[in-house]
Amino acid sequence: MANFAKPSAPRFTLEVYQNEFLPEGGRDVHAIVTATSTGGATATRASALQGTAAVVIMVDCSGSMEYPPEKMRGAREATAAAVDTLRDGTSFAVIAGTHVAKEVYPGQGRLAVAGPATRAEAKEALRGLSSGGGTAIGTWLRLADGLLRQSAAVIRHGILLTDGRNEHEEPAVLRATLDACAGRFTCDARGVGTDWEVKEVTQIASALLGSADIVADPAHLAGDFTHMMENVMGKEVADVALRLWTPVGVEIQYVKQVAPAVQDLTDRRTEAGPRAGDYPTGSWGDESREYHVCVRVPSASVGQEMLAARATLVLPGTAGEPATVLAQGLVRAVWTDDLAASTAINPQVAHYTGQAELAQAIQQGLEARKLGDVDGATAKLGRAVQLASVSGNADTAKLLSKVVDVVDAVAGTVRLKARVTDADEMTLETRSTQTVRVKKT
Amino acid sequence: MSMHRLSGCPGCAEPLEDGDRFCGVCGYAVTAPPPAPAADHPTIPLPPSPGGVPAPAPAPAPAGDGYDAAEPAPGWGSVASAAPTLVGDPADWAVAPPDPGTPYGTGGEPAYGTPPAPPAPPAAAPAPAARYGHPGRPPGEPGDAGDTGPESSAGPAEEHHRYDGPQATPQGATSGHEGSYAAPRGTDPGHGDPYGTPQGAGQGGDGTPPEGTPAGGKTCVACRAGHVDTDGYCEHCGHAQPRERDHQEEELGSVAAVSDRGLRHHRNEDSFAVAATALPDGSAATVAIVCDGVSSASRPDEASAAAAAAANEALLDALPRGAHPQEAMHEAILAAATAVNALAPETPGAQNAPACTLVGAVVSSGLLTIGWVGDSRAYWVPDDRAALPRRLTEDDSWAAQMVAAGLMGEAEAYADVRAHAITGWLGADAYDLEPHTATFKPDHPGVVVVCTDGLWNYAESARDIARVLPADAAVRPLHSAQVLVGHALDGGGHDNVTVAIVPFAALPEPRPEPGAGPEAEPEPRAQA
Repeated sequence: MANFAKPSAPRFTLEVYQNEFLPEGGRDVHAIVTATSTGGATATRASALQGTAAVVIMVDCSGSMEYPPEKMRGAREATAAAVDTLRDGTSFAVIAGTHVAKEVYPGQGRLAVAGPATRAEAKEALRGLSSGGGTAIGTWLRLADGLLRQSAAVIRHGILLTDGRNEHEEPAVLRATLDACAGRFTCDARGVGTDWEVKEVTQIASALLGSADIVADPAHLAGDFTHMMENVMGKEVADVALRLWTPVGVEIQYVKQVAPAVQDLTDRRTEAGPRAGDYPTGSWGDESREYHVCVRVPSASVGQEMLAARATLVLPGTAGEPATVLAQGLVRAVWTDDLAASTAINPQVAHYTGQAELAQAIQQGLEARKLGDVDGATAKLGRAVQLASVSGNADTAKLLSKVVDVVDAVAGTVRLKARVTDADEMTLETRSTQTVRVKKT
Repeated sequence: MSMHRLSGCPGCAEPLEDGDRFCGVCGYAVTAPPPAPAADHPTIPLPPSPGGVPAPAPAPAPAGDGYDAAEPAPGWGSVASAAPTLVGDPADWAVAPPDPGTPYGTGGEPAYGTPPAPPAPPAAAPAPAARYGHPGRPPGEPGDAGDTGPESSAGPAEEHHRYDGPQATPQGATSGHEGSYAAPRGTDPGHGDPYGTPQGAGQGGDGTPPEGTPAGGKTCVACRAGHVDTDGYCEHCGHAQPRERDHQEEELGSVAAVSDRGLRHHRNEDSFAVAATALPDGSAATVAIVCDGVSSASRPDEASAAAAAAANEALLDALPRGAHPQEAMHEAILAAATAVNALAPETPGAQNAPACTLVGAVVSSGLLTIGWVGDSRAYWVPDDRAALPRRLTEDDSWAAQMVAAGLMGEAEAYADVRAHAITGWLGADAYDLEPHTATFKPDHPGVVVVCTDGLWNYAESARDIARVLPADAAVRPLHSAQVLVGHALDGGGHDNVTVAIVPFAALPEPRPEPGAGPEAEPEPRAQA
């Protein structure tokens, strides 16, 4: 991590928001941990970071991409736009994905280095893209992994576009592939059209710590790819982990990223020394993310105080070196007989608890709707409308209003719409985990 | 003499052994110093000092005997005849029209030209930045105990022998934590010590050679298994380690104070300052300030520390210049209020402004001056326990107001849930600051007990205080303060407890004839 020592490297801060006061017998401690990295990207973009990123673009070239033909054309243009966005010096490759994965550019198991000549060659090669065949996304990811593994770049990233279900591969194979690739590179996943499976795309993005989204209209692909690639180019530090140390007797209930999107990390823990575990957060540019940490402490008598958890952002050291601590925050527990203190709920905790419930209510509501459970769907989506309204999550509220008729947003009274387009429903499902920050007062 | 000893751990009821400073099971800090015989601690390095000799056998404590039915001592009685009964009758004295200036000769230009005599004890010149009212502590290095050697903290050291047991070590202004937190602290010579113990390595009676343990190698007081991390929590069990303010003790020759977190609060929001100085005529003056942070306000711990330090500083500035102690006390309370106000956030109303109570006592040339705001109290306990003890302050509290206004009986008022709501405090959101001050001229010796409600909740009346206070309080003020704090902890320790003991020796001046009260002492003055 030689480049990390540069003064231009981003600085990380960690803030903890919690109500540390517990009533007598209280055991659950909730905290929102806000991690922010600042100051790096503007200083280093386009100059200091040459050669620190490697990107592989995986384009679905299955037969369905020709129905309608705009999808294949859009994918070609979008990939070209993404290639144009590559910073000079970035390693890259393009893969055509069907039931097998095929290198489109540069080929022969290599990565090209971005420059005027290679960009032109890559776009030339894209013209030869044709569709035909099935879909086995695991093979694409395995090829991308093999290509990226040659690169010494700090930021290793994939961009994956699919238009259909992963039909020519067992779900278990895809899952095993994702497990193998996790931690080796990050990946954004996009579904184009409406014939793909939301859960598959979100599963890929979630496992590989990237974003998932829908691009219902192929005409919007180029803009989305450009934006995604810009985002990748802004990344500077990879493999950052949220490390939680807990004292003896303290159990971690859950660890969730809650902003910018809900992402449960509880099961992603890897042990990192005595009573410490690392939760992967992927690569960071100039950004801020929030994590909801819930731990259960042994009960103690009033007047006692303990450290419930120590949260650190760490950069794991290579080959036995100790991890670099980027920032630290403390989660405390203080037992008091002051009821006013112990019953107060921290506003951040309340907000993100609501945002997580919002995501869950949408997913459960849409699931019930698919199963024909009108009452269940109405109740869940009504609750979602209510939560989105209270928390000021306008984007999600707007998406919800395309699926339900809102009678009373505050009370959560809704009616299911009789006709809902696939695109609206899939957009809501894909973006259900998007959260908003606490309103500044 | 062991009434302050806890028979079992207050945290988990585990029986304690002599010498235990922390419960072996739950790690609770047993704050009362153990009255263990010297043989229990053979390894403690006793510094060569005149005070290093083993403590004398504790004097028998006839506490609780002989005063219940006693008549007031004649001496105080003569003063009391001039001074109306204080308790329960505040109207007679608290509202006496203040006339600052003329009676004290400070109304005109005070003669500041005379430089004050050099204060006898070093503690008389507190560093302005001294936190928590430790006058001897060098500013700017609250955590660097290693630099605070016995020399820099040496106050009047002639009182060493007053300690029970072998913990007797040279300690002056900054002696603290004796027998309580010494063990886990003394092992770290101070580098990165988050608690900023003022105790020099090797000075504390911890029995652990400080040089044998690397910095940061302190062992957790709770689990005794993990080391304490730099942020003050055990790296094994996460237990918060005792902080400097959890238990503080300080003793000068003429005054001593003890403050303790208690058993139910997670931090100590009380604070105190004690100091000694000299009047222009060379006679000694003693100052004790005790403050109690208002828990419902923000940062009460900072408020009490700021108030105690500011009041102490103001008195140490005014008294050597010859200001009348009552006038000086009034100004000191205003200075403390200013200091607490300064802690309030810039945006008014953004949050509950820091606030605290204050009670102070000054003993100087035969006069006893008391000042207070809020419900922290001062009691007078004569050395002759046959004489009546009395409370010298009147709470700024709902209950006291009800009683004073005749709306309720004392029992009824104090049983009300609103009883302890205070009606006066220092802080930016105080309505009208009304410092109360009073001056007395007792003609017999006794001690002044200056305390927060953490004590008087467990010994409300002056008789209760006198019953708990050891008979030798005048000669062993620190021990007596420890005993009173122990009494509160034994009673449940629901609040922070702070006690300062100020012995008062009546001047050996010619006594007025009995009955000549009015000339002997003007009636206690009070300023509103």
